[in-house]
Amino acid sequence: MTASRTAWLPRLVVAPSFLVGFLFIYGLIAWNGWLSVSASRLLPNYGFVGFAQYAALFESERFHVALTNMAIFGTLFIGGAMAIGLLLAVLLDQKIRAEGVLRTVYLYPMAISFIVTGTAWKWMLNPGLGLEHLMRQWGFESFTFDWLVDPDKAIYCIAIAGVWQSAGFVMALFLAGLRGIDDSIIKAAQVDGASLPRIYLRIVIPSLRPVFFSTLMVVSHLAIKSFDLVMALTAGGPGFATDLPATFMYAMAFSRGQIGLGAASATVMLATVAAIVVPYLYSELRTKR
Amino acid sequence: MKLILSAFALATAALAAQAGEVEVLHWWTSGGEAKAAAELKATMQKKGHTWKDFAVAGGGGDSAMTVLKSRVVSGNAPAAAQIKGPSIQEWAREGVLANMDVLAKAEKWDELLPKSIADGLKYKGNYVAAPVNVHRVNWLWANPEALKKAGAKLPTSWDEFFVTAEALKKAGIIPVAHGGQNWQDFTTFESVALGVGGAEFYKKALVQLDPATLKSPVMLKTLETFKKVKGYTDKNANGRDWNLATAMVIKGEAGMQLMGDWAKGEFVAAGKVPGKDFICAAAPGTAKSYTYNVDSFALFQLKNEANQKAQQDLASAIMSTEFQEVFNLNKGSIPVRLGMKLDKFDDCAKASSADFVAASKAGSLVPSIAHGMAVPSATEGAIKDVVSQFWNDDKMSAASAMDKLVAAAKTK
Repeated sequence: MTASRTAWLPRLVVAPSFLVGFLFIYGLIAWNGWLSVSASRLLPNYGFVGFAQYAALFESERFHVALTNMAIFGTLFIGGAMAIGLLLAVLLDQKIRAEGVLRTVYLYPMAISFIVTGTAWKWMLNPGLGLEHLMRQWGFESFTFDWLVDPDKAIYCIAIAGVWQSAGFVMALFLAGLRGIDDSIIKAAQVDGASLPRIYLRIVIPSLRPVFFSTLMVVSHLAIKSFDLVMALTAGGPGFATDLPATFMYAMAFSRGQIGLGAASATVMLATVAAIVVPYLYSELRTKR
Repeated sequence: MKLILSAFALATAALAAQAGEVEVLHWWTSGGEAKAAAELKATMQKKGHTWKDFAVAGGGGDSAMTVLKSRVVSGNAPAAAQIKGPSIQEWAREGVLANMDVLAKAEKWDELLPKSIADGLKYKGNYVAAPVNVHRVNWLWANPEALKKAGAKLPTSWDEFFVTAEALKKAGIIPVAHGGQNWQDFTTFESVALGVGGAEFYKKALVQLDPATLKSPVMLKTLETFKKVKGYTDKNANGRDWNLATAMVIKGEAGMQLMGDWAKGEFVAAGKVPGKDFICAAAPGTAKSYTYNVDSFALFQLKNEANQKAQQDLASAIMSTEFQEVFNLNKGSIPVRLGMKLDKFDDCAKASSADFVAASKAGSLVPSIAHGMAVPSATEGAIKDVVSQFWNDDKMSAASAMDKLVAAAKTK
């Protein structure tokens, strides 16, 4: 009797937030989709125009630059953050003396906002003020590091700043995962004569699979929503060389009175993300061990 | 947020039953500009109305426009917003602006404003906005000390400009102070276009967006001249704000800057005297032309009658001689109202006003595209993208830039 009465209680408690989440996330995604097939310019206007906005979108050179940048930045940021984070976690796992201090130091960059990171790195990477200027003052007259003002290389600067900020966070997640691994397996491997790198590569890292999954989810969402980092660091770059879909969408929808085009670019962004995340999600959650 | 604002508005309305309230959206938050906005507030308060300031910082007004859109869509528009150029007609097309014809006829606005500017404030023949000032965009600002040190003279044509720039470069001074932002790139571009091609070319190519003119040899020459200017700017120009570039000229690190007359405010704030410490001259080749940028307030339809009366008073105050004089003295621009006495204005402003009247009569008064006066925002953005890309990308040829301009001009 008590069991059946309270069976629906958890569902009832969760229902309001689920409903709100559902409405505001999926409902607004649907509204955005509707705007992307409408004739909206300065303000929303619900006249249907078919795929005209998408056609205009794919003809836009700036959008192609934004998509290419998304691919480059996404790969470098996610790959870089994961690799460096994992390396730092493995190194910190060696039971060293100042582990607490070092862990805090590596995690600090995550505490500052992307705007602060962007501004600080802008100063450091600026040829006349930052690294290049410093090196020249120290005597290396021919040293150049003007990637920030080079349309082809500016996107790499954004990746550098992003990886610097997020590597510590990835390190913290992996360290927690590493600490959760059963010691007896490691000891058994050591008794069998396996070297430390081999143990890590063959035993430890494969058993970190769930941690990889959650870290990848967090880091990829940070990569896709990079708006403030780009705006603070290069404001879209020399011309529009470091435009990302998020900044493109903002410029079109809000600065240029082309809400329909902005909505279309947002839908394309969603489709790209879904195409990568949904299969991964499915494959990870399907196999229950 | 909306709840707090509407509660505040309700309380204010209850307290001041007769006098109305005007909520004014603007982005004049820096030094001289903020003082100028405070003058308008004082005028309104003297008439007994309440002024609700709605300042959203951000030089180009991007954030302000975003906030305005959300307010209008939610049905709670402010009384006035700082909107200028074709955006006025874009907003009017949405049906949210108030018709000011009654006031305009009573105060004879048609006689007090040049026709091209008055047309920009109307939608379907009815006034929907009140103009505040006239900025001239095609100015060249120079540091006479730097020019003397380099043994160069102030250029009056683009060929002379490059001679002067070479001399400054040899003397170790940065020839042109520039900020690598897309509106600054275009401000330079439109001065080059006006100087190389003249007012008629400018109007046909950049205002009417005629494809044949956009692909003409004159446009090719304009693009090549424009790209040549880049060689005389420094490497750190990317992303620099306009006032930091002006500071370079003030300090003598750079010799010249191509910028509108708001740069004068920076020189004056640094205690410099026009003619002695800095020179204001028309951009090379554009002495007889005038690129204007008129700031204006678009007036929204309001539901409350007392607020409507206050809004009429606001529009009337904006066009009055007292406000026009005080505001423009503080902002660095000249009054848009014709026939005013300019005794208190400095020499640069007097020169600007004389040129304004002359250009208006000669038909060489042209709107600034860099400042959103000529074409709708979507087209303007696309054209600015092409020009900035051409400026930054060394691999792009002038011919392909012209093709891209033609494509960009078709953006709606």
